Amino acid sequence: MKVCAVGSGPSSLAFAADMAKFGYEVTVFEALHDIGGVLKYGIPEFRLPNSVVEAEINTLRDMGVNFVPDVIVGKTISYDQIHSMGFDGIFVGSGAGLPRFMNIPGENLIGVMSSNEYLTRINLMGAGRGQGYDTPVLKGKNVVVCGGGNTAMDSARTAKRMGAETVTLVYRRSVNELPARAEEVHHAMEEGIDFHVLHNPIEYIADENGRVKEAILQVMELGEPDASGRRSPVPVEGKTETIPADLVIVAIGVSPNPIIPSAFKGLEISRRGTIVVGEETMQSAVSDVFAGGDIVRGGATVILAMGDGRRAAASMNEYLSKKS
Amino acid sequence: MFKIVSKKMFSEKVACFEVEAPLIAQSRKAGHFVIVRLDEKGERIPLTIADADVEKGTITLVVQAVGASSTRINALNVGDCLADVVGPLGHATDIRKYGTVICCGGGVGVAPLLPIVKAMHEAGNKVIVVLAARTKDLIILEDEMRANSDEVLIMTDDGSYGQKGVITVGVEQVILREHVDKCVCIGPTIMMKFVALLTKKYDVPTIVSLNTIMVDGTGMCGACRVTVGGKTKFVCVDGPEFDAAEVNFDEMMSRMRAYRAEETEAMNKINIG
Repeated sequence: MKVCAVGSGPSSLAFAADMAKFGYEVTVFEALHDIGGVLKYGIPEFRLPNSVVEAEINTLRDMGVNFVPDVIVGKTISYDQIHSMGFDGIFVGSGAGLPRFMNIPGENLIGVMSSNEYLTRINLMGAGRGQGYDTPVLKGKNVVVCGGGNTAMDSARTAKRMGAETVTLVYRRSVNELPARAEEVHHAMEEGIDFHVLHNPIEYIADENGRVKEAILQVMELGEPDASGRRSPVPVEGKTETIPADLVIVAIGVSPNPIIPSAFKGLEISRRGTIVVGEETMQSAVSDVFAGGDIVRGGATVILAMGDGRRAAASMNEYLSKKS
Repeated sequence: MFKIVSKKMFSEKVACFEVEAPLIAQSRKAGHFVIVRLDEKGERIPLTIADADVEKGTITLVVQAVGASSTRINALNVGDCLADVVGPLGHATDIRKYGTVICCGGGVGVAPLLPIVKAMHEAGNKVIVVLAARTKDLIILEDEMRANSDEVLIMTDDGSYGQKGVITVGVEQVILREHVDKCVCIGPTIMMKFVALLTKKYDVPTIVSLNTIMVDGTGMCGACRVTVGGKTKFVCVDGPEFDAAEVNFDEMMSRMRAYRAEETEAMNKINIG
């Protein structure tokens, strides 16, 4: 029997490995030109070398998994075409989509970009490595990174390696609430990233060429605990600070990739744009479509995504065994 | 690998390629674009699809040399391959019977305008095409436009062909002459800005197709964001077409200059080397 995965990130790779072991013929469709998803475009080389990812992918190739880059399921090929190609089950691991921005004045200035853009230019496209890649990336002397998660840490540490004189991480709560893993925070501090906690950007100011030159930050303090159980950040009335910033990297999260939710009919889509699946089965409202990773969770970790992929494989195997 | 099966130079810096991409040829509609990467070192560049041949399994792309990758692509010949062509991306043009439609454009924007002209004409609209360029040699696809429309007006800055004047002069002539129900404009950002101002004055609903800087082209990086109706939109997944009256063209023009220094440097290197 033939099954396929949409996207080649951690959830799909874990799914593909298990399904190959179960004896299925597995094809993985990837929208980008390279296999690995966030492991390649997102996570920097100093944290996860591409050669390690490549070795894992080659192991899957040896197990018979077929990887097809440059195919966007839902655009290049449709749900119906997948069926006419003979696939009995589809796993959707299409991952993160649109980067979130804060909708504050000056956010579309030159030099303000999402962490996805910054990291993709460098990690996937080879920008700034001095090895003759065509893709450029803006460099900053004074880099500001907004956010407190693992991606914010990756962006800050990458900026440092790209030659920034100062890298300031701006986070609206205190150090204790940083969502990044403690280890990542520790590494970032060790590397000289300036943690500007209890501050929140409210506006960016441009130079005469339309490039960002300063960030205006609102000073915050901690108030009552919010729905997440963490003490909520509250603006300190009238207290702001202006810092130099010629490159601003916004790492405040992403919303799920919109392509599959809008292309596959019959899926149940949450208000956040994620695909709704059974908690254990990972099965969607369309019985032969399973899903996992960020397209289901909205924004999670590689570990959770891989767990989803494995659960989806077990559950799809059961579903297809019953069917045949 | 995506093989080039034909190549024609439209001008010194503009090349037209037919590329083997059977899946895309099958699924593309007017208004769609693709992302192209020449080779391992190449950039991912968005290019609007100018035409497709389902039987031959090819799509037509028109490339203007502006940076390192596009200059290297234009040096390719028949038989060479592009490493990656992915799509079709974005939303297709909303083709329906509007009545009388002006399709206007300039530069390489004329290439993606062609499938829209064809589709609008096939949908039963009266299609009036206005093509604009600096000079006669830069007018492209005129015969194809004539074959698929009711009328073609040519405007050149230097008066070397058609009428002397910019695109808005031609568009305004048509609007003053007869009732126009819809306008589609694709060209350099500044051209789209002025067409949008003109058609707004005459209350002609207008769509523009934006070709911004992109990296992945699939809704992941946000490099292509523009402000439309006061809200941030992503050209790759929300567009590429938008209501012209709502687009903040000044912001878009500024953002298009983000890598101007790098583009100039790359071009200099190529010219010297």
